[in-house]
Amino acid sequence: MNPNNYLALAAILFTIGAFGVLVRRNAIIVFMSVEMMLNAANLAFVSAAHTTGTLDGQIAAFFVMVVAAAEVVVGLAIIVTIFRTRRSASIDEASLLKY
Amino acid sequence: MTGEKLVFWITAIFAVIGAVGMVISRKAVHSALWVAFTMVNLAVLYFSLEAPFLGTTQIVVYTGAVMMLFLFVLMIVGVDSSDSLLETIKGQRVLATLFALAFGGLLVCSITSGIAPVAVTLSGAEADAGGNLQALAKPVFGNYILAFEVTSALLITAVIAAMILAHRETWKPRKTQDELQRERTLTGHPTPLPTPGVMARHNSVDTPALLPDGTISEISLPAAFRSTGEVEAETPEVTK
Amino acid sequence: MTAALIGLPLFGAAVLLLGGRRTNAWGHFLAVLMSASSFFVGVALFTQMIGRPTESRAVHQHLFDWISVGSFKVPFDLQVDQLSMVFVLLITGVGTLIHIYSIGYMEHDENRRRFFAYLNLFVAAMLLLVLADNYLLLYVGWEGVGLASYLLISFYQHKPSAAAAGKKAFVVNRVGDVGLSIAVMLMVTTFGTVTFSGVASAAGSATHSQITWIGLALLLAACGKSAQFPLQSWLLDAMEGPTPVSALIHAATMVTAGVYLITRAHAIFDLSSTARTAVVTIGAITLLMGAYIGTAKDDIKKGLAGSTMSQIGYMILAAGLGPVGYVFAIFHLLTHGLFKAGLFLGAGSVMHGMHDDVNMRHYGALRTSLKITYVTFGLGYLAILGVPPFAGFWSKDEIIRVAFEQNFWIGMCTLIGAGVTAFYMTRMMAMTFFGEARWEKGVHPHESPLVMTAPMMILAIGSVFGGLLLKFVGNIEGWLEPVTGFGVGQNGGIAGKVLMPATLGVIALGAFYGWTKYGRRPVPVVAPSDVSIFTRAARADVYGDALNEAVFMRPGQYLTRALVWFDSKAVDGTIGALSAAIGGLSARGRRIQNGYARSYALSMLGGAVLIAFVLLLVRL
Repeated sequence: MNPNNYLALAAILFTIGAFGVLVRRNAIIVFMSVEMMLNAANLAFVSAAHTTGTLDGQIAAFFVMVVAAAEVVVGLAIIVTIFRTRRSASIDEASLLKY
Repeated sequence: MTGEKLVFWITAIFAVIGAVGMVISRKAVHSALWVAFTMVNLAVLYFSLEAPFLGTTQIVVYTGAVMMLFLFVLMIVGVDSSDSLLETIKGQRVLATLFALAFGGLLVCSITSGIAPVAVTLSGAEADAGGNLQALAKPVFGNYILAFEVTSALLITAVIAAMILAHRETWKPRKTQDELQRERTLTGHPTPLPTPGVMARHNSVDTPALLPDGTISEISLPAAFRSTGEVEAETPEVTK
Repeated sequence: MTAALIGLPLFGAAVLLLGGRRTNAWGHFLAVLMSASSFFVGVALFTQMIGRPTESRAVHQHLFDWISVGSFKVPFDLQVDQLSMVFVLLITGVGTLIHIYSIGYMEHDENRRRFFAYLNLFVAAMLLLVLADNYLLLYVGWEGVGLASYLLISFYQHKPSAAAAGKKAFVVNRVGDVGLSIAVMLMVTTFGTVTFSGVASAAGSATHSQITWIGLALLLAACGKSAQFPLQSWLLDAMEGPTPVSALIHAATMVTAGVYLITRAHAIFDLSSTARTAVVTIGAITLLMGAYIGTAKDDIKKGLAGSTMSQIGYMILAAGLGPVGYVFAIFHLLTHGLFKAGLFLGAGSVMHGMHDDVNMRHYGALRTSLKITYVTFGLGYLAILGVPPFAGFWSKDEIIRVAFEQNFWIGMCTLIGAGVTAFYMTRMMAMTFFGEARWEKGVHPHESPLVMTAPMMILAIGSVFGGLLLKFVGNIEGWLEPVTGFGVGQNGGIAGKVLMPATLGVIALGAFYGWTKYGRRPVPVVAPSDVSIFTRAARADVYGDALNEAVFMRPGQYLTRALVWFDSKAVDGTIGALSAAIGGLSARGRRIQNGYARSYALSMLGGAVLIAFVLLLVRL
């Protein structure tokens, strides 16, 4: 079993997540795509741990999960606050910094 | 075809399908469900990569807590809110597809062009500590204790932040029931507002109640949903 | 004491210019006083000089070290030798007389104080010019008189013609000044020194071409200052200034500075026959040109200006003949200074009586109304003609003689010039003082006051006796010989016995012709327009102005216009295009910032793709 397969899978998942960030307008779906990218990174860490035979990769993945959870909390709170004032969840609405 | 290989290929394909499904779905809730699907598949992969603790944590924390949080917020924001298919920024879709393909291609190329490493099982390392969990715990509370403490502070901060951000300030004292009733009597609608339409199929807060002639009763919706144009009247098919 | 010569008029100029209107009441007296004191100092120095033996007649006074750079030193020194002495007496003497004359002439002008300030300034600058002991200090005085000339020509500032004339004089003089500065520079590089004595002793060590170039440059300078061809166009326009200015500057002193320069630099000219030939040619051309122009001028001052141009041509010609001629050039300079100043002052007196009208066609029969002016003018007329024993005869005849000894054709030029001089001067006399009165309505000619006629009388005495005094009592040739050298030319060619009667005959012929044309026949009040091509050419100053305009002014104008166009289109256009390009680029560029987070994310992904690509490239 070629460990590179796992990395390739992680790369594909990451790409799809990036594509989702760029294409979707709904803020929550964009957020979910970001979570997808984080998961892809986690997969890469775990697969690297499996490859090298040490557990550092798993520890890193563990911390990533913690931070991602905290990030989701704050990010969603922000989205809710913005939604309350603007009545819209589209990220294209926040374009006041244009030239 | 070893067991690991089989598991890998099946879960990998499902994971990719789930990711693509997330990106393509029109409705936000469907998107969330596809994400959850992908995460479960990844958890299975973690199990096959000799990381049982991580796999469990993935399901419990990510799929269980994080995705549920997403769904709650979707509920607040509007379940039916969906993106229109028209792309407003010129060239965004074309370029995004191009760049994404290029990026993915480059990554996969660089990964596969290296020498294939030989996997080393982790049981050796684990046996030292006495199991996967113990082997994980030893460094976390040993070498990486600082990171651990910092992340715990981060979590606390996040909780406080969420509380503050989501808090709604009340500027005036809440109206007592007595006052509310007086207002209602004076303005001409003495009864409480109708609850949202509760039907067998929909129990979300944005489904309006119907008037006798089949039109939507605007006042049955919370203020947030009135005349946003996103609510459709659901005609009951029951009486046909 | 030598410095006092310059210091006194300079002090007067400073007081009058800095004092301003407060000095209006007594300004002119101060100026006359300063000029007269300078004259007396000069006389004192002269008496001292006569008392000394010939070898020690030159006096040197060191004032201060002016320029001292490495081995190049130029001291601010004054030198009084025989040559500068005669100039000093001429400048201060005639200058003082003209100062006195101006008290009366400028009586009704409210800017009289300023006039006297400039006159004093001029006297100071001219004295510096002749008293300098090196070419650089001479240049300072040279510039100073140019400045004073400009200020005085355009004295009537409110008249555009006067302002234009002043500018023209200055610009044309500048062209000549370039010649002098080039000459000084060449002297520095060739000899390493600019003092008269230094140059004279080192002159033998330079190559022939170097000497010739220095000589030609000095000639250019002299042409500018002395209004010789080709820089003659400013002198006739300079008559816009008040008449005392024309008398002092443009007859007696400033225009003779060119002759002084050539005579001073005789060490250079002695060694280069090419330069000498150039000088003689220029002198001959101008001699004839000035006389020719003078014949057709109806403006009395312009006629006298043409005469000045011609007489200086004589002096330049004589100076160009080498050691045989320097002495006579200076001799003629002195006599000319006396009688031409007298003629100009007389013209001023006539103008004063005729309500400032300069047109001779409005004169006529003035000998009864302006008796003193008539007599003084007449004596000056006889002097300029060269009638013996008046002043001009002694100097001009010597020049004619020396010219014939050198070259027959040069001599013929001088002879013809004498004849034409007689013609136009007789014309002037006839039109002004004889014939019928052609006065305008309301003009009552009256004699000028004593303050004006007294200087005229003194100068008339000089016109009569000046030549005799200088030649026999003063021994002008012997006096100047230690400075300029004096060679007795070969007496070959046309013998002296034939020459004098021939000259007198030519003069008589010219005078007779002038008398018949203008004295016998009535003079039309309006200048006739159907005249021959020669008259038209003379009226147009032999097309000197037209030539200058076509050759220098128009191309210069086109060049400046082209440069301005180039500057605004090419230079400014380049800058403007650059800024417009940057502006346009940034206007386009800023549209990248469209405010959408998704496009920013897109560019981030693009960057990531680039980095991944580069890493892959490097690793492969």
